[in-house]
Amino acid sequence: MKEATKTRSTGEQVSVTIDGREVTVPAGTSVLDAALSAGIDIPHLCYLPELGLPATGSCRLCLVEVEGEKGPVASCVHPIAPGMVVRTDSDELREYRRTVIDLLLSDHPHDCLTCEQAGACDLQKYAYLLNVKDSEYRGESVWPDPVQDGPAITYDKSKCILCGRCVEVCQNVQVTGAIDFMSRGFEARVGLPPAMPREESVCVECGNCIDVCPTGALAYVGAQGAGRQWELDRVTTVCPYCGCGCLLEISTRDGSIVDIKGAPGAGPTRGLLCVKGRFGFDFIGHEERLTQPLIRRDGELAPATWDEALDFIASRLSAIKEKHGADAIGGLASAKCTNEENYLMQKFVRAVIGTNNIDHCARLCHASTVAGLARAFGSGAMTNSVDDLAEADVMFVIGSNTTECHPVIGAAIKRAVMSGRTRLIVADPRAIELTEVAELHLRHKPGTDVALINALAHVILEEGLADEEFIRERTEGFEEFRKAVAANTAAFAEKITGVPAEAIAEAARLHASAPAASIIYSMGITQHTTGTDNVFALANLAMLTGNIGKPGAGVNPLRGHNNVQGACDMGALPDVYPGYQKVVVEAARSKFEQAWGVSLPASPGLTVVEMMHAAAEGELKALYIMGENPMLSDPDVNQVEEALKKLEFLAVQDIFLTETAQLADVVLPAAAFAEKDGAFTNTERRVQRVRQALDPPGEARSDWSIICDLAARMGYEMSYAGPAVIQDEIAGVTPIYGGITYARLDVESLQWPCPDRDHPGTSILHREKFTRGLGKFHPVEFIPAKELPDEEYPLLLSTGRILEHFHTGTMSRHSEVLDKLVSVGAIEISPADAERLGIEDGKHVTVTSRRGHIEIAARVTDRVAPGVVFLAFHFKEAPANRLTIAALDPVAKIPEFKVCAVKIAPAAAQ
Amino acid sequence: MAENATPDRLVSQGPSEDDVVAALDSLDARPETNLIGALQEVQDRFGYLPSPALEAMSERSGIPLSRIYGVVTFYAQFYTEPRGRHTILCCRGTACHVKGAGRVLEAVERELGIEEGESTPDLMFYLETVACLGTCFLAPVIMIDNEYFGMLTPQKVAAILQNFRAERQ
Ligand code: SF4
Ligand code: SF4
Ligand code: SF4
Ligand code: FES
Ligand code: FES
Repeated sequence: MKEATKTRSTGEQVSVTIDGREVTVPAGTSVLDAALSAGIDIPHLCYLPELGLPATGSCRLCLVEVEGEKGPVASCVHPIAPGMVVRTDSDELREYRRTVIDLLLSDHPHDCLTCEQAGACDLQKYAYLLNVKDSEYRGESVWPDPVQDGPAITYDKSKCILCGRCVEVCQNVQVTGAIDFMSRGFEARVGLPPAMPREESVCVECGNCIDVCPTGALAYVGAQGAGRQWELDRVTTVCPYCGCGCLLEISTRDGSIVDIKGAPGAGPTRGLLCVKGRFGFDFIGHEERLTQPLIRRDGELAPATWDEALDFIASRLSAIKEKHGADAIGGLASAKCTNEENYLMQKFVRAVIGTNNIDHCARLCHASTVAGLARAFGSGAMTNSVDDLAEADVMFVIGSNTTECHPVIGAAIKRAVMSGRTRLIVADPRAIELTEVAELHLRHKPGTDVALINALAHVILEEGLADEEFIRERTEGFEEFRKAVAANTAAFAEKITGVPAEAIAEAARLHASAPAASIIYSMGITQHTTGTDNVFALANLAMLTGNIGKPGAGVNPLRGHNNVQGACDMGALPDVYPGYQKVVVEAARSKFEQAWGVSLPASPGLTVVEMMHAAAEGELKALYIMGENPMLSDPDVNQVEEALKKLEFLAVQDIFLTETAQLADVVLPAAAFAEKDGAFTNTERRVQRVRQALDPPGEARSDWSIICDLAARMGYEMSYAGPAVIQDEIAGVTPIYGGITYARLDVESLQWPCPDRDHPGTSILHREKFTRGLGKFHPVEFIPAKELPDEEYPLLLSTGRILEHFHTGTMSRHSEVLDKLVSVGAIEISPADAERLGIEDGKHVTVTSRRGHIEIAARVTDRVAPGVVFLAFHFKEAPANRLTIAALDPVAKIPEFKVCAVKIAPAAAQ
Repeated sequence: MAENATPDRLVSQGPSEDDVVAALDSLDARPETNLIGALQEVQDRFGYLPSPALEAMSERSGIPLSRIYGVVTFYAQFYTEPRGRHTILCCRGTACHVKGAGRVLEAVERELGIEEGESTPDLMFYLETVACLGTCFLAPVIMIDNEYFGMLTPQKVAAILQNFRAERQ
């Protein structure tokens, strides 16, 4: 993948001569970088620029001769100077380099015969290139056994050349700081604090240290004995977990995955991965994968052929449509599936079934973002890019536990703060990892975001810190907005949010005075009955301070799923066609009627939660679900279960027999992400190519081909040679994807809008003007959450995610490493509440809301404030959504996952 | 085990949370700018670097714990295990060996109830052996902190250690 390399330089260019060639580079560049940029390779071991590792000059392999210098210099740390003359190769240099390698080999087991890294090892490579056979310095070595602690990572001290790459990546790029050099002399090694087990250390098991290790010293346990480098097939594709959209390099051998590495320097996160992307792949080859279609016969799901299953679905859907009308049928698309699959799914529901009842789980995470930002700016997506975050002078992170939910973006935020450039404000009811590095932590009560954000605006207006020119030139609705926040003083907000007025004022000043301030948020903002209001309030704040349309600024929602952005873009929503073209707009409708050759319904369909209500009421008769699991993901799952059971017909295509699939009449086995081609769109609107690395198990098939077959059986021809052709159709009807083709995606990634084939894509939205013309202020006022604690249910429950798992656990719980790391859920409760209620850390409690109850272990921690408890929703053994409330935001129809009332008691003695 | 040794509890427990807080509050050196100085102060106070103290220092200063341990394990002067405040060096160099260093070492070990490389439970003494203390004319020799004791017999050893302990209690 091509990446524009960005050097933040003064712009001054300097010319030097390297091996007789003139090379011109920005001032401050190192000799090694200058040489590399001219295609001249200097051997180097410790320097690894692709991941942004700073040069440390520790290996001394990169020695070069610089005219005028006494001896050779380490080129990775030696800056160029005008007129410098450099020689990178000479007999003497070779001799130096040979000595460096020789010394490293003197204490190195020549274990290449059984080492995983053989063939990809830099030490081996340079020994070969420099023809170092055995060491002249070999002494008596005692090699300790490799240490494996934790489920994934081993360290073999004997193979460690102490280059420091792992330490650099952990300390300065991943910014976790779990490992460093320990001891010295022959004892020297890299590691965690001595005697500290990995699970007790701060290590997040991201495995980025493995990727950078030039030898086999740090390695992934699972890859041992699974194949040598030259026996592996490698495919670059996109991570199936969160919306960061990291590129994965999957290595396979004989049809199974050996390991997953980051693609160095490539993709939005430059090759960094988190624990899920790197180690969470066992689900693909899991024995519980669905391998053949199932039809319910005599109450039991029994194997069937594809023909039987598809015929059955076609006939049932046709019959129900005939009898009850198309609107009695609904479809759920999937934020896990590709753009092409989502496009076909919504086309199937609209053109073949004839209803707009199409939605997907974006409803549950960012519907309020799509609704709010589309109204305020004209585009319901992240305005800026991941890369661009580092340009922010101030970041305001609200309602996003970034380091756990979007780990690699979380690392980018920490990096920006550590570099000293960016000052960080975090607003979050919980103490999270980011609050440790934040300058200000505004710990507001869940559900009081509008009061808090409006108060920031109030202070900014009061103190004359608003960007008046921006407001005048580029926005509308300012006066109404000003009136609406007039009463929302910091003092008022203090009463509502619990955040001291002075802290609010300080945050407001910091935010408003920054040349570029970026707002980053996630589900803590969106999953409320006031979700859309919250988004409006943030959009207002950004416009008020003129922070739209420039680098390091913007309103940046971090999307949860790998392809939730794409699924929305593809129109897997009840009110819009692909590219957010509204179904109620005549022109849009007739365009799609023409393109698809059918007539289309004019009124918006039902959202996910509305479909469940309609099913419970008996109005919705059939549901076709592609890759979603509402039985765990939706609020108030008891009601969901009732609704699904009431359906006349339920078809599910998925990779596992999920809790939802178990209720279905027909279950179709689908291909997982690594088993198909397509494209995902990440949180920053970047469309990236998904590539097939494996064959699907048994008879499983890719979702897009299943839909095509089903459509044909229902009398609508859908035939495509493959995803590339589907994308061509998408481009034809979706202006923001208009210039995207597979030919381009094969060599680059593209951020929409990309209207035509020569368009380079758009990294920052709303630069000169807003998508909707002028940005629109939306006055919003604080409204309390739907269900607040009371005497009977005195605690406020907030739900969310943790680092090691994802969504309903369909993938992550089926991955050995992840499930070993964290295999049970726990409810977080403050020490004060725990003591009052007689709850002990690690002991089981019963959590009860008006809708249901679960039993789960308690984790007593001051991460949560008194009065608040927190629960992750990944665990089917204790489904958080048995407790949550299906109260909806009136605009976006997103449920309030972040606030409901519960009571807790120690579980009855077992 | 020597009769005046305090129970094992002392060693295994380490400092209390309050001790740690007090130690960090009273630091002269700031870990952010003078990590080594700060570590020395903590070690002076506890005789070693208890892990809770290092963890608290990491938390307060924002310096990763791994980085702190990197420094601690690099320098021989830092100990992460509880260690007697007074170091006994028993010479086993040639001159001393010939004059009965073996029996002297045995006597020290018997008197203190520990072996070389160990500390007494009350953390009064830590015992090490060395190749030659450079005072062969005094053989056999031991050294406690900076003080030499020469021409030793096992009987003298017991008396010296008992005196030393008595003077400091
Ligand atoms: S796995 Fe990640 S956090 Fe852990 S030591 Fe390696 S780089 Fe650091
Ligand atoms: S473990 Fe690997 S990356 Fe880390 S210092 Fe050793 S050789 Fe270098
Ligand atoms: S889960 Fe997210 S952060 Fe982790 S590797 Fe995948 S895309 Fe990257
Ligand atoms: S690459 Fe320059 S010293 Fe290692
Ligand atoms: S041998 Fe003991 S002091 Fe020299």
